[in-house]
Amino acid sequence: MGPAPIIEARQVTKVYTMGDQKVHALRGIDLEIAPGEFTAIMGPSGSGKSTLMNLIGALDQPTSGDMLIEGHSLSTMRPDDLADLRNRTLGFVFQQFNLLPRANALQNVKLPLRYARHEHIDADARARECLELVGLGERMDHRPAQLSGGQQQRVAIARALAGKPHIILADEPTGALDTKTSADIMELLVTLNASGITIILVTHEPEVAEFAQRQIHFRDGLIESDERRAS
Amino acid sequence: MKFSVAIASAIEALFANLLRSFLTMLGIIIGVASVMTMMAMGEGAKARIDEQISALGASTLTLRPGAMRRGGRSMGAGAATPFTEADLDALAALPYAGAVSGQLSSSVTAVSGQTNWSTSLTGTDDAYFEIHDWHPVEGRIFTPREVRTGAAVAVVGKSIVENLFDGTDPVGQRIRVNNVPVSVIGVLEEKGQSSFGSDRDDVIIIPLRTARNRIIGAHRTTPKNVSRIEVMVADGYDLKEAQNELVEYMRDRRHIKAGGDDDFMVFNIADFVRARSATQATMGVLLAFMAAVALFVGGVGVMNIMLVSVTERTREIGLRMALGARGSDIMVQFLAEALVLCGTGGLIGVTLGFAGSWIAAKTGGWEMAISPQITLISLGAAVAVGLFFGYFPARRAARLNPIDALRYE
Repeated sequence: MGPAPIIEARQVTKVYTMGDQKVHALRGIDLEIAPGEFTAIMGPSGSGKSTLMNLIGALDQPTSGDMLIEGHSLSTMRPDDLADLRNRTLGFVFQQFNLLPRANALQNVKLPLRYARHEHIDADARARECLELVGLGERMDHRPAQLSGGQQQRVAIARALAGKPHIILADEPTGALDTKTSADIMELLVTLNASGITIILVTHEPEVAEFAQRQIHFRDGLIESDERRAS
Repeated sequence: MKFSVAIASAIEALFANLLRSFLTMLGIIIGVASVMTMMAMGEGAKARIDEQISALGASTLTLRPGAMRRGGRSMGAGAATPFTEADLDALAALPYAGAVSGQLSSSVTAVSGQTNWSTSLTGTDDAYFEIHDWHPVEGRIFTPREVRTGAAVAVVGKSIVENLFDGTDPVGQRIRVNNVPVSVIGVLEEKGQSSFGSDRDDVIIIPLRTARNRIIGAHRTTPKNVSRIEVMVADGYDLKEAQNELVEYMRDRRHIKAGGDDDFMVFNIADFVRARSATQATMGVLLAFMAAVALFVGGVGVMNIMLVSVTERTREIGLRMALGARGSDIMVQFLAEALVLCGTGGLIGVTLGFAGSWIAAKTGGWEMAISPQITLISLGAAVAVGLFFGYFPARRAARLNPIDALRYE
């Protein structure tokens, strides 16, 4: 028996209704992810990997089954508790970075700290710390448009880190970046993982998935394979 | 999220889209400016009425001979038997009469040196000054003795000083009123225009007997006549009751049979002025209604643009939710934007309202009264419009599903 899983899916299904058609995005997933794991979720589009990511990210609810984060069932939580969970436990990194264009790097990183209710943190200091951690200490007052794609994604990672999350969810984080920059970003995620953060990565690029210790392949809403790399 | 932070970022958002923000605000600006101008107008009218009432004597009953319009027939003032000095003495003895003044008036020509001036003459007694709360700024008013003996003395208004004496101190000087010499003993404080537009300071006041015996002349059939009586109702007596009692008393005195028409009228000046200003009040209500409509239309404009803004920023809302914003945080953010829009519009509107009131006062002859309350109410109206019309778009934003918002194209 290993440690209690930080993420657990129990018979999770997700059905989308599009017009009069029902799309079965997930057809009953059972999955456990241990704390500190670096997992890559792979599969073709429509295989259900992004759907699973949204469920783990507490952005969406399963049609049936249950999703647990750190032992708490998401289906029983109220919307405000889900918001707090996203704020404190989860950190999101998106393919398109999703930075606020009018705000500079520092303001973008501080954004989640605005919504932090429970602890009193020095948002400014914390945001600077995170930007330095991702190597952007010199560019804090730059706006997204003044930064390269790789730098923007670093700002996004710093933003994900600001709330001291236990889990980082990265949805195609290298999808908009060139190979060299992709590798840099992945190295950064590996470093963060080494500091104890559980990382879930969605990608369709095998070379990106190579950075993870565990690779889960999805096909047609089901897990096709689940492999751990011997380290 | 702290409200101050929300306001700060709302101001930022306002500046990010300056032209659009301004156009959105325009409705609020116009609405608030009109609300403010209308209220200032209303207050001004009310203040003027109050001032007129107090200037004319709030607790004063005025008696004039002649019939009120009854049965479709008006005899006209003066057609009936005038009052007399005996009436004055009788009225003064009534318990509810605090002060009683009798008056005769006429148009006269006054001459001082080489200067001629057409003005009005009032012959009255010392009680007149008490009832009208009118005090001398130079010299003095008549003594009861001067009133009794019919002394050739005069108290003049400010306009007389300016027109007849070129602004110099007239006390002690002699003037000729319709060729009768009188000495000026006092100058009265300035009263300004009356509600009828006449200059209340353009008057020469002399003792009643002096006026009757030496200038105006007595009535054909009634010696010691008085054309008008003012009764100041004593403290502690109700004006309306006193008015009713006075009517009964005078009917008795003038031997009017039960059922017969009054041959005199008693009115209190407050009713009179209020009746005159009723039209103005109706107009004010109408204008205030239009101002409210303008504000409403402005609010709908704000709601419209807020809905557009929510739609445009759906992805941003989704992102904020993913980062941990609660529905209430999103709500506060958009409400703050609506509030900042309307609040800024309100401030500009209030500024324009000041200007508008000033222009209306200068060109339209309206009296404007802008009080801090009016400013606060106008601003409050803008804020209320912001909250009211911002609520629906803000709620729509707050209720977005995080994943749908995040994926919105």
